[in-house]
Amino acid sequence: MKKYTLHMVVNGEEISIETKPNATLLEVLRDELNLMEVKEGCGQGDCGACAVILDGKAVNSCLTLAMQAEGREITTLSGLNKNGKIHPLQKSFVSHGAIQCGFCTPGMIMSAKALLDKNPHPTRDEIKIAISGNLCRCTGYKKIIEAIEAVTKGKEEKEGENVRA
Amino acid sequence: MSELKLIGKPAQRYDARDKALGITKYGADFVMPGMLHAKVLRSKYPSAKILSINTHEAERLPGVKAIITAKDVPYNERASNVVGQTTEIGAIQAIQPVLAKDRVRFLGEPIALIAAESLEIAEKATNLIKVDYEKLPVVSDPIEAMKPSSPLVHEGSNILAKWKIAKGDIEKGFKESDVIVENTYYTQFQDHAYMELEGGVAWIDNDEVINIRLTTQVIEHYRDVAKVLGVPESKIRVIGTFIGGGFGGKEDVTVETFLALLVQKTKKPVKLIYTREESILAHDKRHPFVMKYKTGAKKNGKLVALKAELVSDAGAYAYLSPWVLLYATVHASGPYDIPNIKVDSKTVYTNNIFTSAFRCFGGTQVCFAYESQMDELAHKLGMDSLKIREINYIKRGEKLPAGQRIESTVALTETASRAWKALEKPNKSKKGKRIGRGFASMMQSYGRLTMLHDSSHAWVGIEMDGSLIIRTGVPDLGGGQGSSLVQIASEILGIPGEDISIHLTDSSLTPLAGTTTATRQLYMSGNAVLQASRNLRNMILSRASQMLNVSKEELDLTDKKVIVKKGKKEIPLVDVVKEMAADGLPRNSFAMFNAPFSKPLNSEMEQYERVFPDFTFGTQAAEVEIDEETGKIKVTQLVSSYDVGRVVNRNSVEGQMEGGAVMGIGYALLEDIKSEKGIIQAKNLAQYLIPTSLDVPEVKTIILESKTGLGPFGAKGIGEPSMTPTAAAIANAIYDATGIRFTSLPITPEKIIMALKKKE
Repeated sequence: MKKYTLHMVVNGEEISIETKPNATLLEVLRDELNLMEVKEGCGQGDCGACAVILDGKAVNSCLTLAMQAEGREITTLSGLNKNGKIHPLQKSFVSHGAIQCGFCTPGMIMSAKALLDKNPHPTRDEIKIAISGNLCRCTGYKKIIEAIEAVTKGKEEKEGENVRA
Repeated sequence: MSELKLIGKPAQRYDARDKALGITKYGADFVMPGMLHAKVLRSKYPSAKILSINTHEAERLPGVKAIITAKDVPYNERASNVVGQTTEIGAIQAIQPVLAKDRVRFLGEPIALIAAESLEIAEKATNLIKVDYEKLPVVSDPIEAMKPSSPLVHEGSNILAKWKIAKGDIEKGFKESDVIVENTYYTQFQDHAYMELEGGVAWIDNDEVINIRLTTQVIEHYRDVAKVLGVPESKIRVIGTFIGGGFGGKEDVTVETFLALLVQKTKKPVKLIYTREESILAHDKRHPFVMKYKTGAKKNGKLVALKAELVSDAGAYAYLSPWVLLYATVHASGPYDIPNIKVDSKTVYTNNIFTSAFRCFGGTQVCFAYESQMDELAHKLGMDSLKIREINYIKRGEKLPAGQRIESTVALTETASRAWKALEKPNKSKKGKRIGRGFASMMQSYGRLTMLHDSSHAWVGIEMDGSLIIRTGVPDLGGGQGSSLVQIASEILGIPGEDISIHLTDSSLTPLAGTTTATRQLYMSGNAVLQASRNLRNMILSRASQMLNVSKEELDLTDKKVIVKKGKKEIPLVDVVKEMAADGLPRNSFAMFNAPFSKPLNSEMEQYERVFPDFTFGTQAAEVEIDEETGKIKVTQLVSSYDVGRVVNRNSVEGQMEGGAVMGIGYALLEDIKSEKGIIQAKNLAQYLIPTSLDVPEVKTIILESKTGLGPFGAKGIGEPSMTPTAAAIANAIYDATGIRFTSLPITPEKIIMALKKKE
């Protein structure tokens, strides 16, 4: 199959990469760019584990063709740590016990980030709507909602310590 | 032991930070240089003869490195004795092939394994393999399957296993009853729907050891893999990863045997990850049960007789069905004292997807039945539903109807009254909506069957800089299993969590700790780590007492220091460790913890002296709002109240209780794999619906601590019990709202609408 050169900005870095036209963004991020924090839970857009932020909007990368990302900006979970600090959402998820198996966490945090970027003070109901495309089988969602709300209320507004000591 | 410093507090889990940063590696995240990609060819039919398998075309496809069918598997057919089931000529055997040879018994049964240079080639090759089938009759209803006219799934009989309980005189019991309630309850197939799909990567190492790194609840399946391959058990190493959820679905063998076979053949690393659709086809489901219940009580509410006939659908292969049935049988009467009882249970082969372990392990199906019965009795007697249960709850020191004596606290009166009171003021009834409330109490064992002589091992050692290493073969399912062990060692040795590294889940390098199933890891491995940590503490304090010239009893370990409790003297822990090294003293401890042992059970027994180590007791209360027009059921409140014995990590306990209850809401209202004539209807997460953040209330938790459990510091288990009573509580709330008793799960809007219409 013919390959095409894809240009995009991933976590602040300009990338150009050869890719097949039928490759999904999820495949390129994981298999080509080694961004293993982007998880595949269903491959059909049902679970949200692969959510990334594309031009400010949380999308399921398994339903996005890589070529659709041409010239656009993508943020994955590790993109939140580019400055070497732990992001307030990450810190809050840890301190609120919002992480059990952790498999939904990367997508969940990206959906929360996309929400807070647009709406820094959402209600609890708005939080629930924002993460309703992200399935979690372990937590029952309560602690995830609390973790996100704590950030909006400034309880976890500070960035954390360095990511790797 | 002085007062506990860490145990019981909401601790940050040591593994949470890496998970938040996306650093944690799961089964699908590992790659090996030069690895091949694998696929599995699966049966298209639920019941058919395989006339031929033609792999020629697939083999000729460039890039295909191996194709394995039944004839290539060294020991393809595995026979195991069905637990406790005997006939005059010997134990009943369950036969299971690794790959189907001449017969398929369920849709999705594995037939061939393919390894190729890329996933695309492997997929293409899978489609090029030609299988000629001759369709055979399908039996998909366990009741039908028991009839003599039914097609047989295996040779002999479709009845795989039976158990029973009998006590007192059941007929006399019903004669003495003032009120009798009779109902038949039905439950459905439930999928675990963990977020992480099954998968892993395997490679061959020095000395012909086959290493399999995968997501699994049971690393000890290396023994099964070795048997299939025909190699010594020491030549198979299973390395577990952090698990992206399991709930019992990663308890049976998943991809490990397939990977090992392909590695054995190709000598190259191989990776195999299931798709979601394949996952749903390939792993077990929760057993559907048909449960005929008859319960009798006196006017004053005292239970006098309970008769239950349970039939569970085992699907096409045995797996853990006989064990799940035993659990269901022993739990069938619930946490109640009943003088006359008769339970007869059977698990039956069908051509449905096989059923096996799932959180609650037979406990939630019977709870739906016995707690619906209790509510019915209360209504018939015009009694308060709390009151009737209070009268009948089993008490500590009494024997369950099945025979086992309850040795720990039964705090049900308290869990029930507190759960009920914690429901907030009812939401105001709006036009077209009906509000109802209900609750359900439960018991659920923790720890494996005592006849299995369960044990766990742990190794704890201190480094020269005072940091600590724990080694134990515990698979971390996501419940914080590893983290709680760190907390326990930290508590005993006074070493902060950040200075402790724990190495988990490696069948060759970590001492075997058993399965992460049966709500057993905190109980079993928690005790092993506790014991090893106490031994090490003793060694350190012995040497320190010589250095400080005081008795050991006067010393304590805190903050990496040895301190004299009633004095000002202290020395750094590292100084003691250095002295121990200089003296050639051991600086580590290896401990084994054994659960209580008991004699094997068999299906002829009517009473069981001991089946489980102990039980967890609790209650959930629910409020529902039902839309009369659409039938939509919204759970508006859910309170979960348990005696957990002792909290180790408060966050983790709450996490189990919240997550378990939400899984229970899914089970009660949404989830159904829908097998029609052996064909699964819900094949992905768009068709198989699990609760989202919009479908559930924020679960309120009430945690009691009797400190009478068998786990560390008196802990009981909460992983599985957290889900057991949810469906029953919701069904009782729906009855309160509608006056209709729903006896089959899930309770869908369609069922509500039909029933409301019928009632009018």
